[in-house]
Amino acid sequence: MHIIVCIKQVPETTEVRINPETNTLIREGVKSIINPFDMYAIEEAIRLKERFGGKVSVLTMGPPQADSALREAISLGADEGYLVCDRAFAGSDTWATSYTLAGAIKKLGEFDLIICGKQASDGDTAQVGPGISTHLNIPQVTYVKKIEEATDKIMRVERMMEEGFEIIQTSLPALLTVVKEINEPRIPSLRGLMRAKSAKITTLTQKELRLDPQQIGLCGSPTQVVKIFTPTPRVGGQILKGEISDITKQLVELIKDEVN
Amino acid sequence: MPISIIIEKCTGCTLCVKACPFDAIRMMDKKAVIDLQKCTLCGACQDACIFNAVLLEKLETAAPNSCVEDYRGIWVFIEQKNSRVQSVSYELLGKAQELAKKLNTNVSGVLIGNKLEDQLDELIFCGADNIYLVEAPELANFQDEPYTNILVELVKKYKPEIFLCGATNIGRSLISRVAINIKAGLTADCTGLDIDPDKKILLQTRPAFGGNIMATIISPIYRPQMATVRHKVFAPMAADKKRKGKIIKESFDQALYFSRTKLLDIIEEIESTVNLSEADIIVSGGRGMGGPENFKLLEDLAHVLGAAIGSSRAAVDAGWIPYSHQVGQTGRTVGPKIYFACGISGQIQHLVGMQSSKIIVAINKDPEAPIFKVATYGIVGDLFQVIPALTQAFKVAFRK
Repeated sequence: MHIIVCIKQVPETTEVRINPETNTLIREGVKSIINPFDMYAIEEAIRLKERFGGKVSVLTMGPPQADSALREAISLGADEGYLVCDRAFAGSDTWATSYTLAGAIKKLGEFDLIICGKQASDGDTAQVGPGISTHLNIPQVTYVKKIEEATDKIMRVERMMEEGFEIIQTSLPALLTVVKEINEPRIPSLRGLMRAKSAKITTLTQKELRLDPQQIGLCGSPTQVVKIFTPTPRVGGQILKGEISDITKQLVELIKDEVN
Repeated sequence: MPISIIIEKCTGCTLCVKACPFDAIRMMDKKAVIDLQKCTLCGACQDACIFNAVLLEKLETAAPNSCVEDYRGIWVFIEQKNSRVQSVSYELLGKAQELAKKLNTNVSGVLIGNKLEDQLDELIFCGADNIYLVEAPELANFQDEPYTNILVELVKKYKPEIFLCGATNIGRSLISRVAINIKAGLTADCTGLDIDPDKKILLQTRPAFGGNIMATIISPIYRPQMATVRHKVFAPMAADKKRKGKIIKESFDQALYFSRTKLLDIIEEIESTVNLSEADIIVSGGRGMGGPENFKLLEDLAHVLGAAIGSSRAAVDAGWIPYSHQVGQTGRTVGPKIYFACGISGQIQHLVGMQSSKIIVAINKDPEAPIFKVATYGIVGDLFQVIPALTQAFKVAFRK
């Protein structure tokens, strides 16, 4: 089974803070991590490989430093890392990003399954996974919380919904996006870390991919960011004081109109 | 280079450095230098520079999918489950009516499913001027491929200028496929929608980086302009039983209804107290709850308030409550009228999932807990005493 995992390197959100004087994001010294949801995608791919054999390819699009995200995935058990990296891809929105990743996937040869995290923690769009499957014209199942059964032709999965879950069967090749509930990611082994250090990461540029220049980067992106601003941060209100009976009485008065 | 600094104009004032949300600008020899590996070409520096020293080349964009003027009207994807229209669709119809007035156009709902006749009047009362209705037994339940195929065909045929959809599990999955297919711009999870008074285009404002920054996004030359919106961001309009609307029935070749995924079963595992996205009130518990048995306290309070039960990641990871209740970065994002945070310290990953709530009530024994920095009302105390007392107080208040 050839499984492709698409990942994204993101800033570790815990450390993204606003500088109150300049009102900008403090990114100094902010660690880059693999998008938390992608960790579940990597883990699920490795588990499938352990069950069925085959290989796991990890793919990311980003700046040269995203190399470290691919190495981390290899340390966990992925076999090959591919970095889609070119100035021509800068400014891509989710349309152009999924077009570019789909183009890169076509270069990786036959595959059975693509797994993505349900969304990235920096952009939160959840659009690139479905975008890739649409560009590749393969079926998709989003918000997968469990793979119940798998063969090389079909897969039966549980898809998380607002009120419960659905059981869905899909033909392969297909694309899944996964939620946290699907597994508990492992930590890298010493051997994995050693392997990751020396692993060869293949860089794919526009020269290799030869994508339609009208469909990539800023030019291929239907959306444009016209303004970025900092929202007024939420400030704390009042601390209710007194005996418990006073406090509860105050609170009931303050919010009871909102309850009905 | 798509972006550059005009060295002669740069005075080294550092306004652009401060404006850059991506930390991509540095000063070298008192001139701004853009790190192209970090730059996303967002243009924040160009806006900030008062000396016009930032040159951002607006690249010749690809030919749009059609003439922009041919596209008219606002569409709302009407989401149904079990042949019941979901509340977010009514909220979007209300907002769509407001936008339609600014564009002097009308609002259409697009409804796909089976046996939906009894829902149509209510949709018209709540803002739909037209309803495009596609019914077939095999369309009763959502599946990505047939629903995408239908929406793509309808968009091509009727050419709406704006197309809105709920940011639900179904909506996010479906509408992404549609946008890719027709090459349209799609903005996820908008918290603000407006019309640019001059250009008459949709201004889509959304949070990014977990709400730490806001971005306004446009789709200037591709149509329709597509956006998803979460539950509870906009209010539905009051039903007006005098409103009239048109039903336009459409059907398609069976081949369009084919799906490579098959829905085998729907399992509703969640009791009524749990639909977090639609809840007006959420009572959430965290590590401070001490153990699974204590969630009973929250259930009692939730019962009196008609609230849903949420939780922090800590409580889920400890196995006290299922993941479907988790609020925060790796769980759900919610925006209820009232959010009770009980025994939740308020880590940033939790805050990003609930800080758009109208009122936040925090109950925590640690007065230094970060949750108090965002809480509308804070109670410093032992939740094992405070919560039962609150439950009692609300019971008394509602009895009157």
